[in-house]
Amino acid sequence: MARRRLTALVVTLGSLVGAAALWRRRSGKGKEYVDVYFADGSMVTFAEGSDEAARLLPIARRLLSSAR
Amino acid sequence: MDAAQALADLVEISAQIEAAVLAAADGTVLASTLADEERAGAVARDAVELLQAAAGGAGGPVQLQVAVPEGSVFVVRDEERLVAAVTGRDPTPGLVLYDLKTCLRLAGENARPAKKAASRARKKKDDGEVADGAA
Repeated sequence: MARRRLTALVVTLGSLVGAAALWRRRSGKGKEYVDVYFADGSMVTFAEGSDEAARLLPIARRLLSSAR
Repeated sequence: MDAAQALADLVEISAQIEAAVLAAADGTVLASTLADEERAGAVARDAVELLQAAAGGAGGPVQLQVAVPEGSVFVVRDEERLVAAVTGRDPTPGLVLYDLKTCLRLAGENARPAKKAASRARKKKDDGEVADGAA
């Protein structure tokens, strides 16, 4: 009985820690991307780590610091 | 509506926008919510640079959003002008882009009648010269 309770407690705590880690990763820091929209209606997203993002992100950071 | 009024309306209707600069396509500042002209100029230059750097196979971009942890940068352009704006983290891109496009359209509405008036005045002058020549 006590062993079953302990197992349930461990599983519950593990689930909570996993959910918290997933939530932090999804909503958390480091979310960087560039969305570019063209006149023909197309749109492209450059994710963090791509060459295009590496080129555009520093310019955007400079713009942000100038504007604040 | 002039550029400054269009920008003032933009900041009033969009709670997400912290600062914005309206500029000519070459980066010349037309209006800004920033008090410092130098900083407004830097924002406009960086906005032009962003548009140029983002240009790909489908031609030049008409709008873009760059999201970083500190906030987001939005740039929207038409044939003659561009508007750049910064927001905090996790803005609603659709709403911000819509407001920026509206701002550009309102700023353009002022410029177009002025152009038409100038063209009408030029035509009138030319007509007058022709009439004088005939007389």
